[in-house]
Amino acid sequence: MALPERLLRAISTTSFRVAAITVATYLAFAGLIVGLLLWQTNRVLTSQVLTTLDGEAQQLKTEAQAGGISALVRAVETRSRSGGAGLYYLADGAGAKLAGNLSRLPPEIVGSSSGGVFRYAPDIASAREHLAVAIPVDVGGGMQLIVGRDVDDQRRFASEMGTVYFLALGFLTLGGLVAGVAISRVALRRIEAINVAARSIMAGDMSRRIAVSGNSDEYDALATNLNAMLERIEALMSGLREVSDNIAHDLKTPLTRLRNAAEAALRETGESAYREGLEHTIEKADELIKTFNSLLLVARLEAGALEGNAERFDVGRAVRDVAELYEPVAEERGMQLDVSVASGPELVGNQQLIVQAVVNLIENAIKYSGKPGANSGGAMITITLEDSPEAVEIAVADNGPGIAPEDRERVLKRFVRLEKSRTEPGTGLGLSLVQAVARLHGGAVRLEDNEPGLRVVLSLPKRAGDR
Amino acid sequence: MHVLVVEDDRETAQFLQKALKESGHAADLAEDGETGQALAEQGAYDVLIVDRMLPRLDGLSMIRELRGKGVRTPVLILSALGEVDDRVKGLRAGGDDYLTKPYAYSELLARVEALARRAVPEEQETRYVVDGLVLDRLSHRVTRDGEPIQLQPREYRLLEYLMKHAGQVVTRTMLLEHVWDYHFDPQTNVIDVHVSRLRAKIDKNFEKPLLHTVRGAGYTIRDGAA
Repeated sequence: MALPERLLRAISTTSFRVAAITVATYLAFAGLIVGLLLWQTNRVLTSQVLTTLDGEAQQLKTEAQAGGISALVRAVETRSRSGGAGLYYLADGAGAKLAGNLSRLPPEIVGSSSGGVFRYAPDIASAREHLAVAIPVDVGGGMQLIVGRDVDDQRRFASEMGTVYFLALGFLTLGGLVAGVAISRVALRRIEAINVAARSIMAGDMSRRIAVSGNSDEYDALATNLNAMLERIEALMSGLREVSDNIAHDLKTPLTRLRNAAEAALRETGESAYREGLEHTIEKADELIKTFNSLLLVARLEAGALEGNAERFDVGRAVRDVAELYEPVAEERGMQLDVSVASGPELVGNQQLIVQAVVNLIENAIKYSGKPGANSGGAMITITLEDSPEAVEIAVADNGPGIAPEDRERVLKRFVRLEKSRTEPGTGLGLSLVQAVARLHGGAVRLEDNEPGLRVVLSLPKRAGDR
Repeated sequence: MHVLVVEDDRETAQFLQKALKESGHAADLAEDGETGQALAEQGAYDVLIVDRMLPRLDGLSMIRELRGKGVRTPVLILSALGEVDDRVKGLRAGGDDYLTKPYAYSELLARVEALARRAVPEEQETRYVVDGLVLDRLSHRVTRDGEPIQLQPREYRLLEYLMKHAGQVVTRTMLLEHVWDYHFDPQTNVIDVHVSRLRAKIDKNFEKPLLHTVRGAGYTIRDGAA
């Protein structure tokens, strides 16, 4: 049961149909050519024979005119005995045979004027008849002369040729069909592999990929493209899952705290306790609002919503100004904020957003430089700006605990907060915003090892107009 | 102070009306842009609080039409859209200040009061005086009880802004916007650090503090106790 079914499936594929149509077309043309060849061969051979016969008839006529009946009889007899393919029959007016190697007058030729094809038995022992071509020759005197030629060799040759041709056609058909089935089964197998992978992905195995054979054919191209698509979908899905998990956590935590604060205030008595409880509640609500605002901003940046608001500005000055804003904050916490940025480099972009990205980097550095594991020689934050014809690179480096290389990619994602910092205040959106701002400007964020500490580089390309 | 609140959400509008009344201001309400425009044209309001999304005539168009008709009343735009470009659009339409929802009422009140003050011509003021603290806007010199106080340029601008709004509450966000021209939410107490540095220079060696922290709202500079 299995095989016919599989065969049926192979036959119903597009590749089999294409193969079958190709083979059929090829066969039709091959048949036409073979037929034409056979017909042409036959025609040429027949016309050659007829020319020879005409020549012979002419000679015999000449003999008869010169030497009379006896000469003709002699000539016919001589030719009959020569053992060639020539066939002769000479009879007088009454129909009695005078000479020749044919046993009887072939009736097919007697009535015709231009000759024709007939069959005769060359010897009595053999029952097999040969094919021959003959023409009647008018030698006068009421005599009947038939000059013919045995064409059986040619007939056999033609028929053998025909057999070979038809055999070849048969092999072609068979080969074509087998090839068609084979090709379509290979195609089926590759397609089936894709189908199997697709089904298992639909069933939930998102990590499943389609096998690539390495032939670099169109199936491989398809499989590679599908795999790339799956990769992107999986990344998006896991990103989404991560975001929703983290939203659940990061919004649930402050919401729970908010609820607890309100509940605790309710349990208290006295106006000052109520007031304090309410102030605490508002504080918690503000945290939530901040998180929502950041989330919305990142989402809008990722959608490219703010692109139209670009201006040309001195990025060195902007970075220096914002660093100046934070210098006392760092100092108050016993950190040193070192800014070596010169005014001058210009950039076309959204200044407020770029400043906000730099602020996020500085605030992160301030937040984490003071952590345990930080350099005992005193926390130090360094802000530098490198200006090249292609891009402006703003780097904020600290000598804090840093981020392990395997986590660097991850912390740029929304709401991702490393275990160590989950209990810290913050939205988990700071670096995502930096990344979103960088991408909006066609740039990138790099996290590097500051040995010790973290160095974050915000790379912003200059557009053509800036140079 | 007489305020017109143009806001289609009744609960928000009534909350604002009640809160403004408690702060000692009178507030009228309009539920759509057309009504708001009509009221603003005839009424003598000190400040308009306008929501961006309004039925009939949206907030920005309403402000544009008012400005076209020569109504110069200061406008505070309220909006759920808070990004930089929205703010720029709002200010270009003729708004004087922009506040993103949800906001703290203290923030709104501080901004409304600052806007009302702006309407009074004060550009000619060349000296701000609070008790013995004097800021000379021409010579950029600051003295307290006659003693000169050395300030960094940014500290000078911070003090100038605070003294311009002497007696009023100025929020941290307002300081960040007007002294530094930044529009973001800092996660650290960056403004507090700058204010405390300024306070160390102007109040430290004097008996009476002038720069006060208003809990849950911001700062104020005034002659007298908090």
